Amino acid sequence: MLDTPKAARRTPVLPVGKGGIVSPLPPADRFVLRLKGFSGTAGGFDLSGALNTAHGMAERFAARLGPDEWLLVLPEGEGAAAQAALEADLVGRFFSLVAVGHRNVGIAVTGPHAADVLNAGIALDLSDAAFPQGSATRTLLGKADVVVVRLGSGFRVECWRSFAPYVSGFLTEVAQEFA
Amino acid sequence: MLLVPCPYCGPRPEVEFHCGGEAHIARPADPNALDDAQWAEYLFVRTSNKGVHAERWLHSHGCGRWFNALRNTVSDSFLASYEMGQPRPALPTEGGK
Ligand SMILES: [Zn+2]
Repeated sequence: MLDTPKAARRTPVLPVGKGGIVSPLPPADRFVLRLKGFSGTAGGFDLSGALNTAHGMAERFAARLGPDEWLLVLPEGEGAAAQAALEADLVGRFFSLVAVGHRNVGIAVTGPHAADVLNAGIALDLSDAAFPQGSATRTLLGKADVVVVRLGSGFRVECWRSFAPYVSGFLTEVAQEFA
Repeated sequence: MLLVPCPYCGPRPEVEFHCGGEAHIARPADPNALDDAQWAEYLFVRTSNKGVHAERWLHSHGCGRWFNALRNTVSDSFLASYEMGQPRPALPTEGGK
């Protein structure tokens, strides 16, 4: 296994939300996995899904964002064990596993108007027919690059931490229309 | 909004993409063998046709992949998209163009 120096940590950029339509999620551990020609399970993550789908649960899932690219999200503190498990399962293959847990912020968008709120800034069709449960994709919300995942009761928006005040402000302002 | 067909993701909104200019421009195998005019031709000279045009596109706010597409520069309609490295497909709808 690689030596991983202790990472510098800054305070979360958004306080954890208390519910409502737009609610920032607690910190999480995340990895970007790049791997070619693989289909199956590694480190407890199901990597067999098609492009633009996510497999797992709301707090622990693998979202396939490109033909050879996955975003792995899991609860904070479980990253080290997952990294070891992934490295064990993928031994002998060429892959890149980068910890990006501190780079991203997760925001939950829930309720009957969740898709309407997101569509104020996202040009993709997010209806049940076009973006059903288990969908995930990178796209653009307003001016910010985001990942949208639909697992569990609503949508999860992942953006870089420097975009988080913009993204959460954008969504909170739109959500006032539906409050 | 214009929909761009990504060969990996399907039709997606135009704002997720960047256009990378004309496709199928091969880098000369031996640049040292070219004179300045020939090198400038490779670097700068592009077709600017009215009709079907082969272009490179990047799905930057999506799957992150480069691909090639045939677009009609008059109507802005996309006629085909295909993976990098594949030859330009023949189009029955080109209408003699
Ligand atoms: Zn794509």
